[in-house]
Amino acid sequence: MAFFGPTAGWLVLFFFVPLAIIWVYSFGENISLTEIKTTWTLDNYKRLFQPAIISLFWRSLWLSFISTIICIMIAYPVAMVIATSSAKAKPWLLLVIILPFWTNLLIRTYALLNILGTRGRLNDLLEWLWNLGDGTLALIGLGGYALLGDAFQPVKFLGNPSGVMIGLVYVYLPFAVLPIYSSLERMDRNLLEASLDLGASQWRTFRSILLPLSIAGISTAAIITFIPMLGSFLIPNLLGRGQVDMIANVIERQFKSANDWPFGSALSLFLLYITFIILAVQAFASMRKGGNRDG
Amino acid sequence: MRKNRMPISRRAMLAGAGAVGLTLNMPKGAFAAGGKLNFYNWDTYIGETTIEDFTKETGIDVQYDLFADNDELFAKLRNGNPGYDLIVPTNDFVERMLTADMLVPLDHNKIPNIKNLDPAFANPAHDPGRKYSMPYFWGTIGIGYRISKVSKVPDSWADIYTSDEYAGSIAFLNEATTIMQMAMKLMGKSMNDWSDENIAAAEAMILAQKSRITAFAPDNGQDLLLAGEVDLAMEWNGDILQAMDEDDDIGYVVPKEGGLLWEDDLCIPKGGPNPDAAHAMINFLLDDKVGAANADYVYYATPNAAAREHLGPEYNENPAIFPSAETLAVSEVSIYPGQEVISKVDAAWTRIKAAG
Repeated sequence: MAFFGPTAGWLVLFFFVPLAIIWVYSFGENISLTEIKTTWTLDNYKRLFQPAIISLFWRSLWLSFISTIICIMIAYPVAMVIATSSAKAKPWLLLVIILPFWTNLLIRTYALLNILGTRGRLNDLLEWLWNLGDGTLALIGLGGYALLGDAFQPVKFLGNPSGVMIGLVYVYLPFAVLPIYSSLERMDRNLLEASLDLGASQWRTFRSILLPLSIAGISTAAIITFIPMLGSFLIPNLLGRGQVDMIANVIERQFKSANDWPFGSALSLFLLYITFIILAVQAFASMRKGGNRDG
Repeated sequence: MRKNRMPISRRAMLAGAGAVGLTLNMPKGAFAAGGKLNFYNWDTYIGETTIEDFTKETGIDVQYDLFADNDELFAKLRNGNPGYDLIVPTNDFVERMLTADMLVPLDHNKIPNIKNLDPAFANPAHDPGRKYSMPYFWGTIGIGYRISKVSKVPDSWADIYTSDEYAGSIAFLNEATTIMQMAMKLMGKSMNDWSDENIAAAEAMILAQKSRITAFAPDNGQDLLLAGEVDLAMEWNGDILQAMDEDDDIGYVVPKEGGLLWEDDLCIPKGGPNPDAAHAMINFLLDDKVGAANADYVYYATPNAAAREHLGPEYNENPAIFPSAETLAVSEVSIYPGQEVISKVDAAWTRIKAAG
């Protein structure tokens, strides 16, 4: 029997079929505590446009966007360092980047809780620095003015958007480094040498040669950090201390405490559609670029 | 979504998808029956040796699985029992499961140790005559606090719901219904009076207080308390008792407006492969010595009067475990309010979480 290959079967069984089930649920309604009837109603999709849901979508998009930018800004120099390092050092540096992948997300997030809390390591460090500064000021005779404040106030990293963004950047940084690294790695070094030989400054070379040629890597990095950030639920829950909910937290609640699987399905699919739109935009843009740019 | 062009005929594709569809009808109850018990319980909610003692006495092997909260338990069983014989839902979820017809009536002839129960638990509102459940542990939800950091014992819900004295040092539970119920207690209403005005007033109160709340803690309010991140935490009494064990500077109080009384029950879900083993385990847990060892380890209040006789005053007279009569008088049991109220509460909760 000419059944199709295992990969297509896997795709159908573990992706299309569950997706189809969720799609059907999103047009259903609860007729009892445990049963969903598919009435092909659009009510669940209409509920997506409540102000609270829209506001949470905006918050998720915004937080993910800023975190992605920060991620790229940190990942690019790191990728450059790895790409230009010696052949002996390269695998070790790559290992350092990839190692967090092998650690469970929950453990990494809990580690951040420990570091960023009001009595965590980071605030310990800041307190030590504050004491140092205060002591120095006292030494040079300015102690009486309390220039640094009366006492050290720990910085609240958790329970607000900054903690969530720190968490998102920390967790998804390896995703950003690797595509940028691979596009820098594949770049022809002669082009850079030629540019410098012809008299362009380092900065000019970077801006006009290096950056445009690594755009593909940057856009891939942006996509594969932005999309998971959009759907993250654990990081806002733990690091946001429940105060900075994102859209995935609402989805989780629909499938558990709210017992409203149709609405949860509609929300999930909406997130999926946003993801597809972003991917489509990227594919379209890269197709056009591929047409213009010569190999 | 872009369609992928697959290099196979449509007929082969449909045939393959049909085969896949057949596999989805795999029979439930993949666990084997006969001589084996599948016990689904909360974490750290059983004595150290209770399971092994059960196997030694009855010869029945136990597969012991854990769930994190009632919602997870319900979501797992919603679409059919995946093979659990014994579960431990809280009282309002027992009601919910009874509404959805998910529980098996208990055969009291197989549970002779029912005589050990405190008569106060013989006829609860959520399960008259104990037809579907046996009580396991019960307790309260109140406020855990750091003794040295509070000006006086925080014996009112106002200390965390409206007061700004402890702003930035408060942890709430991350559970919509419970938080709104305590707000209603503060307003002097019954926690089961889910009128639209009450829901709106509770939502407004929490929104106003939101900037002063440090955290909505899912289950780790006691950890925040211990770490000094917060000075007051709304929490279950057992969690705070664990914290009190580690730190003498922690106290627990059920506010004077009354707290929430909860009870976790042993129930047998429909579709389990071995209900006889489940009955045997229920009877074993209701035994006086087993119950005492269990309670001594878990440190929640046991409804087993015979077990209490084996335990000392540091358990039986601990006000954090067994609240005073006045506290019991003003505290209430949460009644399952029905799906419509649950949806309204969730909508209010989403609004609270989306704000600021």
